[in-house]
Amino acid sequence: MVKNIKLIAVVFLVIVSFFILLKGLNKTNNYSPNLNSSKIDFNFKAKFLYSDEESTLYELINDKDFSIINIWASWCLPCRDEHSFLLNLKSLDKLNIIGINYKDNEINAKKFIKELGNPYSKIVVDPSGVNSIELGAYGVPETILINNKSKTILKKYIGPLDDKKLAELKMIIKNEN
Amino acid sequence: MKIKILVLTIFYLIGSFNLSYAANSEKVNKISKNLRCLICQGQSVYDSQSDFALSMKILIQNKIDEGKNDEQIYDFLKSKYGEWIVYDPEITKNTLLLWILPLILFVFGAILIIRKLSIK
Repeated sequence: MVKNIKLIAVVFLVIVSFFILLKGLNKTNNYSPNLNSSKIDFNFKAKFLYSDEESTLYELINDKDFSIINIWASWCLPCRDEHSFLLNLKSLDKLNIIGINYKDNEINAKKFIKELGNPYSKIVVDPSGVNSIELGAYGVPETILINNKSKTILKKYIGPLDDKKLAELKMIIKNEN
Repeated sequence: MKIKILVLTIFYLIGSFNLSYAANSEKVNKISKNLRCLICQGQSVYDSQSDFALSMKILIQNKIDEGKNDEQIYDFLKSKYGEWIVYDPEITKNTLLLWILPLILFVFGAILIIRKLSIK
């Protein structure tokens, strides 16, 4: 009888751990960018890169139907790679691209834009990184698509844009109306 | 005599300033120890020196200065980064097994011991 229970216990444990580990296998990402609240119910102030004036987040995402907030830095190599995709998105009429310059040196940031072109309609600086955290960012580069009227986050990409993400972004913008 | 008083006052001011500063950063430490640094594996925000963690600590300090309490800060971060950012998981459908498994094992062990004792 005791032997039986031991056997059952071992089998039970093996089965339970098997299923736990199996479930863990399917979960590849170590963090979930799952948005609980996609509403932008906060505001912050940030200084522009090209002037000494300040702007709030609400003012930044005011005109046109959609905004893309792109967090970038001149020291970030993947940002260089995704830059051509942002320039591509610039051609869309319904869209404003806003850059947040993350923890960067002002001179280097301006050099970066001069060298690669400016896809942004406005650029604000975030020297301490706090504004990016308020937006729920992990680091650079990161791209957030916002519906300006409802002030909701429609899509968030962690890491550089690529062909697939670009197509998806355009699809979302097309389908939203 | 006057100089003595002056020096003492200055020391007192420095001391009290340090004390309040320390108390404040202690609170940041306490909160950041409970937060997972999402971009570094196996480190808390407190331990990490990554850009993400450093910004997070500034943000926590700002929130404390605004007068937010611990609970509000955790809730704010959870709404931005999800449940995963805090080390203390809430009981949900996904974490239920995590919470009750030790209990099951404990009961199971107790049954084994009782059986063994009663056989003797």
